[in-house]
Amino acid sequence: MKRILSMLSLSLAGAAHIFAQAAATPPSPTAALEAGVKAAQSSADNAWMLVSCALVLMMTGPGLALFYGGLVRRKNILGTMMQSFILMAIATVLWALIGYSLSFGEGNPFIGDLRYLFLAGVGGDPNATYAATIPHQTFMTFQMMFAIITPALITGAFAERMKFSAMLLFTVLWSLVVYYPLAHMVWGNNGYLNAFLGGKVPCLDFAGGTVVHISSGVSALVCAIVMGKRKGYPNEPMKPHSLVLSFIGACLLWVGWFGFNAGSALGAGSLATSAFVATHFAAAAAACGWLLAEWMMQGKPSVLGGISGAVAGLVAITPASGFVKPMPALVIGLLAGILCFYMVVKVKNMLGYDDSLDAFGVHGAGGTLGAILTGVFATKDINPAFKDAAGVPLPVGLLEGNGGQVVNQLIGVAIAWGIAAVLTFVILKIVGAVTGGLRVSPEEETEGLDLSQHGEEGYNLDA
Amino acid sequence: MKKIEAVIQPFKLEEVKEALKAIGVDGMTVTEVRGHGRQKGHKEVYRGQEYQVDLLPKVKVEMVVASGRADEVINAVAAAAKTGKIGDGKIFVYEVAEAIRIRNEERGETAL
Repeated sequence: MKRILSMLSLSLAGAAHIFAQAAATPPSPTAALEAGVKAAQSSADNAWMLVSCALVLMMTGPGLALFYGGLVRRKNILGTMMQSFILMAIATVLWALIGYSLSFGEGNPFIGDLRYLFLAGVGGDPNATYAATIPHQTFMTFQMMFAIITPALITGAFAERMKFSAMLLFTVLWSLVVYYPLAHMVWGNNGYLNAFLGGKVPCLDFAGGTVVHISSGVSALVCAIVMGKRKGYPNEPMKPHSLVLSFIGACLLWVGWFGFNAGSALGAGSLATSAFVATHFAAAAAACGWLLAEWMMQGKPSVLGGISGAVAGLVAITPASGFVKPMPALVIGLLAGILCFYMVVKVKNMLGYDDSLDAFGVHGAGGTLGAILTGVFATKDINPAFKDAAGVPLPVGLLEGNGGQVVNQLIGVAIAWGIAAVLTFVILKIVGAVTGGLRVSPEEETEGLDLSQHGEEGYNLDA
Repeated sequence: MKKIEAVIQPFKLEEVKEALKAIGVDGMTVTEVRGHGRQKGHKEVYRGQEYQVDLLPKVKVEMVVASGRADEVINAVAAAAKTGKIGDGKIFVYEVAEAIRIRNEERGETAL
């Protein structure tokens, strides 16, 4: 009863307030209508973006944790899953304190400034520069999920042998000097490669081909080379201990990727649908591509091949997803499936490095292919990225007659490769010196990361 | 007394057990083992990494019977475990010096 009374008095007060306003300035009906439409669009966009945030987090945990966890030996399942999970914690804290500001503060073309330090000023009002219809906080959260999964992708390269302490320090430093600058250059206001916000070189990267996949994939390659092979590789059997877990993980990644790519439209409009469709088509075609190549060259189409292919297609379509039509998406996927199969099955063995879970073969190679093909297939019909002074859309990709875009894409690729390769090497040297070696001891490696690093086992079947 | 040790295909275990029960053999010990004889293993490929798997899952059935019944038991096991294909397994027969029932220290064939 008391509650009803207080509600009543509140609504009365509200009515009086509205009445007072109305008396002061009679609202024009169109202004009220416009405000209503704006509020409705904001709610709709925000609903999709919050779902997308959750979907992208699901890609890291449990998606990637299961995908990678199933591929290692039984004694390393927890250590591997923990490397993904801990980033859901560490990368989040780092993002809140400084990461968002360094990535999306205006700063200079290469790194953001400290205006959003401790998330100052990041609240419910939209930041019109980045996304005019959703709360700034939603934008910040969405971008955070990318900052979590990107270092988690690298962990596939040093699986089964990196010290937990070294892994923590490595990913913190890597976020600071590789991820944040690269995210700023491609997506930040005034970033050097930003095609939409005044970049010198307009490189098209819708959802992270350069920022996420090239950066993590190339860094993974450097990690694999610097850290060396797993003990016994390639002579001892190192079979994936549970492809069932990997299968579940890969399918969660596929679903989560709809948030990753379609969410990168930063709204719930037709561009989000277009990116959703392109994403799905590329994954499907890439699964077919990898399986076909595998069947022809090795005699059997494997489940691991199918899911690896799907992930490769998702990687390759990431930069292109908001720029291409469905048929080019199929082509990009098919090519990615075949290329990544070749990289993982042939090139890796030829060169002899131990990229244990193929972070480079899938993310580095697929990301590079996708970034370049974005410049080929991007079209103004999907995303009028470039306009002339009168606002008329200009050709975007090579097939529309803008051959220069492929060059822009190649510059973006080269910068991402360079930053990732050089700085990862430097960070590894520093981390190795600070933590007394990047690797666990040979005894600990034999024992497994679960026991040696975390003091527990994944499967206590006798318990 | 003879000890009869049969290494058989895992999926034949139920049939072998039934056959032994039918001729009144009461006791046996069953172990899951891995091994191979003339049967070659198989190849597994994970992202191009090939593994030759030589040791295949088998089941080892061990029982000790009175010497007079050995042939009957051997025939029953062999008939039940046979598929006619390579990999069906082998039966080994040993002499047993003594058998003791722990519960009441009976010895010899009465302990079986």
